[in-house]
Amino acid sequence: MPYSRTRVVDVLFKPLTTAPYEILRKTIQREKKDVINELVDSGLRGRGGAGFPTGMKWKFAAQQKSDVKYVICNADEGEPGTFKDKKLLCEVPRKVISGMAICAWATNATKGYIYLRREYRYLVAQLEEELRIYHEKAKEMGLNFPIEIFLGAGAYVCGEETALIESMEGKRGEPRNKPPYPIQNGFLGKPTIVNNVETFASSAMICRIGAEEYKKMGTADQRGSKLFSISGDSPKEGVHELELGMTLEAFANEFGDGDTKAVQVGGVAGFCIPRKQFKTQIIGEGNTTGGSTMIFNSTRSMYNVLHNYLDFYAEESCGQCTPCRIGTQQLLKGIEAVKSGLKPPSYLDQLIKLSETMRITSKCGLGQSVTNSFSSIVQNFREEMIF
Amino acid sequence: MAEVKELVKELSEKYGNRRESLIPIFQGIIDKNYYLSKEAMLEVAKQLDVSAADIYGTASFFSFLDTDAKGKYKIRICKSITCDMKGKSGIIATLEEMLKIKVGETTEDLMFSLLHTNCIGLCDQGPAMLINDNYYTKLTAEKVRVILGDYIRNK
Ligand SMILES: Cc1cc2nc3c(=O)[nH]c(=O)nc-3n(C[C@H](O)[C@H](O)[C@H](O)COP(=O)(O)O)c2cc1C
Ligand code: SF4
Repeated sequence: MPYSRTRVVDVLFKPLTTAPYEILRKTIQREKKDVINELVDSGLRGRGGAGFPTGMKWKFAAQQKSDVKYVICNADEGEPGTFKDKKLLCEVPRKVISGMAICAWATNATKGYIYLRREYRYLVAQLEEELRIYHEKAKEMGLNFPIEIFLGAGAYVCGEETALIESMEGKRGEPRNKPPYPIQNGFLGKPTIVNNVETFASSAMICRIGAEEYKKMGTADQRGSKLFSISGDSPKEGVHELELGMTLEAFANEFGDGDTKAVQVGGVAGFCIPRKQFKTQIIGEGNTTGGSTMIFNSTRSMYNVLHNYLDFYAEESCGQCTPCRIGTQQLLKGIEAVKSGLKPPSYLDQLIKLSETMRITSKCGLGQSVTNSFSSIVQNFREEMIF
Repeated sequence: MAEVKELVKELSEKYGNRRESLIPIFQGIIDKNYYLSKEAMLEVAKQLDVSAADIYGTASFFSFLDTDAKGKYKIRICKSITCDMKGKSGIIATLEEMLKIKVGETTEDLMFSLLHTNCIGLCDQGPAMLINDNYYTKLTAEKVRVILGDYIRNK
């Protein structure tokens, strides 16, 4: 049963009561297999967007035979409306670093990187200080897993794991074909585990409280808690940790300003949910894409919202495949043409078809997800697109 | 500004001559010379033994690897939806009026470049902007005048 009230939890940001890296020290005394199995059992899914089961990813990575393996913490956080990874890195960096180190230990990885988006460069000094402390502690524990920061250079698509790897290799951040997955063939051709910042912090948390305790949060389909970055027309903007599985109505009642017209769930890559669907829609893993939630009240023009998204997409498409490169521009020009009366309202249906074609024919998640916000806005706010 | 040849040599000694060193080298050049000039990119191409076209192709891909914006201070205003809703346009108008340039341009004295940027993760505190590596939030016209005034005085 979904929750009809939001349930605020406070686990991820709770300061550690134990000595720094105590969870790490304790965890690496266990059997690697057990730790991975516990993570599988917890049901934790990646918090970066795609929602792949984290335990399974680590299990596959552990099976790869290679002298060199990399662990990359994806701190590219480019999805509009997301800022929770920054908060984790600022407030509880040790949980994130512990998660990376536990992952490396469990999968026999040899080197770690924090891929930090260029926009967050002001975090570098404090993170380097944290890494210095970590390296000291790791040495005491006999753990040989150095971590460094790789600073991005400004490109939304570089949050996509293979584009991220390309950019680390000094190339244009153009996504690769999958398979092979980074687990098999990643950075410099070596097995590479890419996880989101929150995924690493959550893994460390599960090692501390245990899978049983973690599973008590959430519903049968949606395990655990998750961070939501809330912005827009809300008196409570900021990062909130909530149990998974609440209805959008509960969410809007808690975080809206009383006049909520729609909520964009999952950032620009996600869906725009109108008020009439609040009762039945659950904010969950299927649509969270990193936990971006942007709230719009009745004064907002949904045409302007969509125009802003399409402008973003047209700019951030890496241009590698035609449906995405041309499609994003055509959708933008298309809604402008309908708005100005150059094209009839029925043209919107053709545009929806085009966006659906992009889902099937684009190479990566960027082009594939344009239709999510496009179709949901055009279908639910059609009159605003025309008049 | 540092002499390009020396600088590229220094940076490739620090980060290595491999292709993976490219972005850190670019970053180092921008930190010293404020943008990637044609000469700098040619020098990097030579140093890493990669074609100049490939080097330029990579640089032009990333929004923070400035190949045009030559200003010492890059002002990047967030244009994503929530900053837009909270009054980004007014902030841009104030900046344009103070600097006497439009978005995308650089002041004649090469001190400021005014740029748009996509989400910078300050959505709960918009409108927001970056000036080089520093961030400024909950901007108002008055606040912008004070912030920019400080930069102008200390430039
Ligand atoms: C266009 C695009 C942008 C993405 N941006 C991010 C990002 O900023 N941060 C992130 O963790 N994952 C991002 N992802 C998802 C990653 O490709 C990858 O699935 C994720 O980092 C895996 O980690 P997780 O399983 O812990 O979520 C993005 C995907 C796409 C298609
Ligand atoms: S879908 Fe778009 S962003 Fe992804 S590879 Fe193709 S052109 Fe690039």
